[in-house]
Amino acid sequence: MIEVRKLVKRFGLKTVLRGMDFHVEPGEFVALIGPNGAGKTTFLRILASLARPSMGEVQIAGFQLPAQAAAVRRRLGVVSHQPLLYADLTAEENLTFYARMYGLHNIEKRIAAVLEMIGLTNRRRDLVRTYSRGMQQRLAIGRAVLHDPEVMLFDEPYTGLDQDASAMLDDVLRTVAARGRTVVMTSHDLARAEDLATRFDVLSRGVIAASATHEDLGKDNLLSFYKKALAGS
Amino acid sequence: MQPKPRFLSVLDIVSVILLAVATYLALVYAPTEKVMGEVQRVFYFHVAAAWVGLLGFVAAGVTGIIYLRTQNLKWDIIEQAAVEISLVFFFIAIVLGSIWARPIWNTWWTWDPRLTTAAIVEMIYLAYLMLRQGIEDPDRRARFGAVYTLVGAVSVPITFLSIRLFRTIHPVVIGSASAAAEGGFNMTSGMKTAFFFALFAFTVIFADLFWNRIRLGYLAQRVEQLKLKVMQ
Amino acid sequence: MSKPQITDPGLSTAETPAAADQRPATNYLRAIGAVAWKDLAAELRSRELLSAMLVFALLVILIFNFALELDVKTRTSVTAGVLWVTFAFAGTLGLNRSMAIEKDRGCLDGLLLAPVDRSAIYFGKVISNLVFMLIVEIIVLPAYSVLYNTNLFQPGLMGVILLGSVGYTAVGTLLSTMSVQARTRDVLLPILLFPVVLPILIAAVKASSGFLQGAEMTAIMPWLNLLIGYDVIFTAIAFMVFDYVVEE
Repeated sequence: MIEVRKLVKRFGLKTVLRGMDFHVEPGEFVALIGPNGAGKTTFLRILASLARPSMGEVQIAGFQLPAQAAAVRRRLGVVSHQPLLYADLTAEENLTFYARMYGLHNIEKRIAAVLEMIGLTNRRRDLVRTYSRGMQQRLAIGRAVLHDPEVMLFDEPYTGLDQDASAMLDDVLRTVAARGRTVVMTSHDLARAEDLATRFDVLSRGVIAASATHEDLGKDNLLSFYKKALAGS
Repeated sequence: MQPKPRFLSVLDIVSVILLAVATYLALVYAPTEKVMGEVQRVFYFHVAAAWVGLLGFVAAGVTGIIYLRTQNLKWDIIEQAAVEISLVFFFIAIVLGSIWARPIWNTWWTWDPRLTTAAIVEMIYLAYLMLRQGIEDPDRRARFGAVYTLVGAVSVPITFLSIRLFRTIHPVVIGSASAAAEGGFNMTSGMKTAFFFALFAFTVIFADLFWNRIRLGYLAQRVEQLKLKVMQ
Repeated sequence: MSKPQITDPGLSTAETPAAADQRPATNYLRAIGAVAWKDLAAELRSRELLSAMLVFALLVILIFNFALELDVKTRTSVTAGVLWVTFAFAGTLGLNRSMAIEKDRGCLDGLLLAPVDRSAIYFGKVISNLVFMLIVEIIVLPAYSVLYNTNLFQPGLMGVILLGSVGYTAVGTLLSTMSVQARTRDVLLPILLFPVVLPILIAAVKASSGFLQGAEMTAIMPWLNLLIGYDVIFTAIAFMVFDYVVEE
């Protein structure tokens, strides 16, 4: 579903990604973990077609980036630590706006279904600025799944959420993933990542330093695997 | 580190010599103008400086477009060099113009289309430098800089045109409208020599400064590279 | 805590990966409309931007009243200038705010993620910025007319205001997209905008005062042509380069 070969990203003279290879099968839930400044957010922004690769190949759902960006964007849902929502619009209006931007039909039905899924049907007429952080993040996910994307990218979705809100987000994430979507998530929360993901990739110094599935981990927990991977890179 | 190219060193020396000769021609060789007197000698360097400013302005616009097409930071360095040179030489031209204007038009400043447009180019380039200063990411800085020089390069001729149009409809800027009062005069052959030599000398100086500034840009980039290497 | 019954129905039950390849393409005009619509809807509710622009505009006129001693004689000759300075200053306020809203909560990324050509975002923002500006102008005109007992409601003047505002917002939207991404964003926009938007201000002032003083059409036409030319050229340039100011 996602195929990245020898990806290099430079910001001026600074090289953030150094010939990174990355591959995701359809339906996989990959947690991308790594220290700050390893290039996780940069990498997700490239996958999301928000940043251009300096070198290398990126292919999502069979479409090349950046050449076929529009086709990729149609199949992509992105949730970042910022909500990407307008505070002075209601939940319903925000979703209506994005539905139009994605050229969806039957907007009302689709929005009702999404609001139901994220548990915000009762508050759909309230301004987003009155929402709690957790509700905003759920609405952000609702926004991201509105066009039923095949691939979803989550950039630190748990930032700033309390326990309840995080638990709620877990449920939503599971539902989203359960539809056979391909998911790539960056997270600092190793326990959550271990819980949700089917595969763990450690991004360090601009390359994937190690990769493991639940089976590979065996009795080892994710934390010790992560530490080993960083020590080895 | 690459050493300074031999030809550049030669060009440096040639530029200094040319400047000296041009100064001699302008201040000594050229005959004194009858109506305006000695102050008219400012004219040679005033026009030459404005010419260099214009060269830099065109170079900046063109390299801006090339940068947007190639996304190669090399062109950003060249563009910035062109902007800075243009900024300095338009400033020189404006100051010399004011010195000329004081006795001739009895004012330091006139809202003459050329003078005003030069001042607006200065404003645009100062804004350009401020824009660059506010952006950390070198690629974005280069892109924004190129977009802004492009917008400037297109708007400045229109500005010139509109100020000109403004003047033809409202011709009350300088005292009487006769050619002499506006500072027009016929050049004698001695004046022509000084004038064209100044233009030539300043063009060479432009090339020399441009080259040096571009080289400085590369060296600055190299320093950044080495700094990054040390930090890692 | 009771958990909601979570199910995700998807777009349609019939959708298979094969069918997904024929996803609907976003209509360009519809996307432009959507961007403009959400700006106007949000503004209709908060009125933050419009009220700030309006109060500021009225204050500028008030200041001019004392700065220029706008008595009957001088008034006719400077009215056009006062109006356009007011519009230009109030305009930067609106442009700045309108782009800051996109930048602050990451909404710009949200727009860029949509499967539509980036220029649609530009044109959508131009339309909403233009509407804000026109609203302010439509309120300022009668206020000025009442305060100074002159009639500003002339079709010619309206046309000039429309043409001038189009050019102003066309360039302003492009430049504000850059300025909000800079560290010094609060002060940068007017500095970037004013020197390049000067032809608009010159031409608009001349054409406006031409209409107000009942000048002949032959004297006004060159300025109108200049305005139209500027509008066309800069809309085209912004259309071509907008990609470069939003991508990474």
